[in-house]
Amino acid sequence: MAWRRLLQDRIAVAALVLVAGFLLLVLLSWSGLVAGDWEQEVAVNYAPPTFVGADAAGRASAQAQLPRATPPNAFDPLADDIAQLKARLASSHAPREKQTTLPFGADKWGHDIVKKTIKGGQTSIVVGLAAALVAVTLGTLFGAVSGFFGGWVDDLFNWFYSVFTAIPSILMILAVAAVLQQKGVATIVLILGLTGWTGPFRLMRAEYIKHGAREYVMAADAIGASKLRRMFVHILPNVSHVALVQLSILAVGFIKAEVILSFLGFGVPVGTVSWGSMLNEAQNELILGKWWQMAAAAGAMAVLVTSFSLFTDALRDALDPKIK
Amino acid sequence: MQRADMLLQVRKLRIAFRVDKTSTFEALSGISFDVPAGATVALVGESGSGKSVSSLAVMGLLPAQTTIIDPASSIRFEGRELLGLPAPSRRALCGKEIAMIFQEPMSSLNPVFTVGFQIGEVLRRHMGMNRRAARSRTLALLEEVGIPDAAVKIDAYPGQMSGGQQQRVMIAMAIACEPKLLIADEPTTALDVTIQKQILQLIARLQRQRGMAVLFITHDLALVSEIAERVIVMRHGEVREEGAASQVLGAPRDAYTRALLQCRPTLDTRLLRLPVIDDYLAGASAPPLEQQVRGARAGDTPLLVVDKLSKIFWLRDGLMRKRAFEAVKDVSFTLARGTTLGVVGESGSGKTTMGLTLLRLHRATGGSAWFEGRDLLALSERDYQPYKRRIGIIFQNPYASLNPRFTVGQILLEPMRIHRIGANDSERVAMARALLARVGLPEAAFHRYPHEFSGGQRQRIAIARCLTMKPDILVCDESVSALDVSVQAQVLNLLQDLQDEYGMSYIFISHDLSVVKYISDQVMVMQAGRVVETADSDTLYRNPQHPYTRSLLAAIPKGGYGRENV
Repeated sequence: MAWRRLLQDRIAVAALVLVAGFLLLVLLSWSGLVAGDWEQEVAVNYAPPTFVGADAAGRASAQAQLPRATPPNAFDPLADDIAQLKARLASSHAPREKQTTLPFGADKWGHDIVKKTIKGGQTSIVVGLAAALVAVTLGTLFGAVSGFFGGWVDDLFNWFYSVFTAIPSILMILAVAAVLQQKGVATIVLILGLTGWTGPFRLMRAEYIKHGAREYVMAADAIGASKLRRMFVHILPNVSHVALVQLSILAVGFIKAEVILSFLGFGVPVGTVSWGSMLNEAQNELILGKWWQMAAAAGAMAVLVTSFSLFTDALRDALDPKIK
Repeated sequence: MQRADMLLQVRKLRIAFRVDKTSTFEALSGISFDVPAGATVALVGESGSGKSVSSLAVMGLLPAQTTIIDPASSIRFEGRELLGLPAPSRRALCGKEIAMIFQEPMSSLNPVFTVGFQIGEVLRRHMGMNRRAARSRTLALLEEVGIPDAAVKIDAYPGQMSGGQQQRVMIAMAIACEPKLLIADEPTTALDVTIQKQILQLIARLQRQRGMAVLFITHDLALVSEIAERVIVMRHGEVREEGAASQVLGAPRDAYTRALLQCRPTLDTRLLRLPVIDDYLAGASAPPLEQQVRGARAGDTPLLVVDKLSKIFWLRDGLMRKRAFEAVKDVSFTLARGTTLGVVGESGSGKTTMGLTLLRLHRATGGSAWFEGRDLLALSERDYQPYKRRIGIIFQNPYASLNPRFTVGQILLEPMRIHRIGANDSERVAMARALLARVGLPEAAFHRYPHEFSGGQRQRIAIARCLTMKPDILVCDESVSALDVSVQAQVLNLLQDLQDEYGMSYIFISHDLSVVKYISDQVMVMQAGRVVETADSDTLYRNPQHPYTRSLLAAIPKGGYGRENV
């Protein structure tokens, strides 16, 4: 029913296809089918995108590398040995011709930006979505219990909430990181999820207080529906829009937060790429006029974020039977 | 009447609203009416009749993006055409020459400004008064509309006043600029009967003193007789009947007007069935004459015995202290099987709290409710669960009491699943469909959502939900108050039929004394949480003992023909 309504919305379908596409890429890159070889240095450093055309400077530098090799020295006692070594190297594996241009350019080490973006997306999307899911689930659960029961339960959760929000967020992140004592994607998800539930908690609590006193919930009580049933079968569908909007806002925020965490050394381990780390590198590249890495990461992020929030909006509308 | 006398002339007013890109909904289909200077004209109709749309069109308050006004329409005020007027001059006219008061005084006043400031703002803006002059004029206005201690109340915030006082403030604001026309859109619908009477008297007095015209919009024909000289009856965007109040109310020519007059229960008769609009439109002219007798009989078996039920709410007072608010105090009554106990009282009398406490939706502070030898209020949560199917409740607002995310089918199946009524789901579905048919809803309703139904239909869904559990007692908390008069009659007939069929007992809570008189065997009058009088309904209405009961009865608009001297 809701599904059919969702499919009638053209924007929703487009957003759904885009989000599904991103998730598919994550899955493929995780399994190694796509972008597994992103660390290959396939091009000259800072190879420009094809549509810009390999610029003269790039070509010049590619050619300049050869003559810069030291001219043969007649007095070199090792000249023969070196010549021998070179010959062996050339025969064992020929030095691959480095490309001067790639579809979306290359970074400092000559990594293909397209592949790097896909690989980075794997980290960022998993971190953003999973952490947002953890945060919203925790916030919804705590908010539901707190708002529905009220009284001392509410006091307890509010006290907990105050403690969490009173601590500066960086300190909070450091504290959680110190407790977890591990580096990796799962740790970042936990850090962000465990510190990010406060926003959704506050909103869901307010919604539950409001809806708990509504007549339809009283009517459910009167016919004997249990508390759990009232909380999650009756009220939750009516307040789900708040959780969905929070989910899309937090997912965006967490993708960005991962950058800061990586910078502090609590993020993804060295050798793992993410959109955050790409943007970090782009700071220095931009001064040199090498804009394509930043454009790729930012563009991918913008498309994902826009389609994800359009999708959650459409989902909210589709779940509401009142909107035709 | 001469054309020149007409203050407001509405001609061929045709208004449609855009529903979506392709479809429109016609709210008014070319209506014409006049309001003479210095007279009171009542616009009467049920919801969806277009009465409010016409008044908003006169004020120019309809949303411009979605409203399509037919170019042939005309609204003339003192001979000036309003519809073609540019927005700034229209705005200057409305508020100064034409003023309006709305149904909900609480939401029409800004809660963060004092009432004195809000009235003063009107005076400063429209009359160009300075602060000091505006304040003294405001004080005079507040005194004129009968606010006690006007000098103190001028600095009060709307939240610190009662509903009746707020409506008086709204009226003071409306008459501040001495308008020639006052539009009152259901000004008393949200108020208690005694307050309603005061507000009506106030409007009538102001109208006489200031010689303004009043366009009084209401759904209640009985009110009309107290205030209006001319009556316009509307239905589905058309004028059904127009004429002098005495003629329209005394000798209605239109079948719909006759139906409206008859389908409301009255205090002096009790028909076996209330007539409904369709009867009249089908050609019936006189109401059926069969009367029914109500009242406690000697052989009645007591089903529920409530003794000294109390409910205290603790309000926070200051930082640490709490103040007790006794919402229900020592309420005792006996409900016999198959009978109806009516509970009447004004807002704040504790009648709803009493009902909710009885169902354990509020925790009782004291007292007992004996049902089949057990005290319902003393049972543990687990022991009480089986009794939840024995006592049902139907709430006031059918728009709020059904979960908007559930289909009608889910709504009806839920109680049966919880209480394991019926062997399996297919049997339950069959039962639910049978009940839908029983309460007069189409088969197709099963898969639809509550918002697709009208108020009366939703109340039928709520009734069907209770019936799934075959309860012994049904608490009807203002269950017909939010419904149109004609729909109200249908639902009351349904409740009566179901009582006869299943032998249920009702606790019927309402502020509407005529409805309570119609449906109840016994009536209990509540005031400030206490029972002031309980008696057989006929006895109570014929011979009220308590002064509060008497004042309640006196405040009911009689619906007498011709204008009463108020």
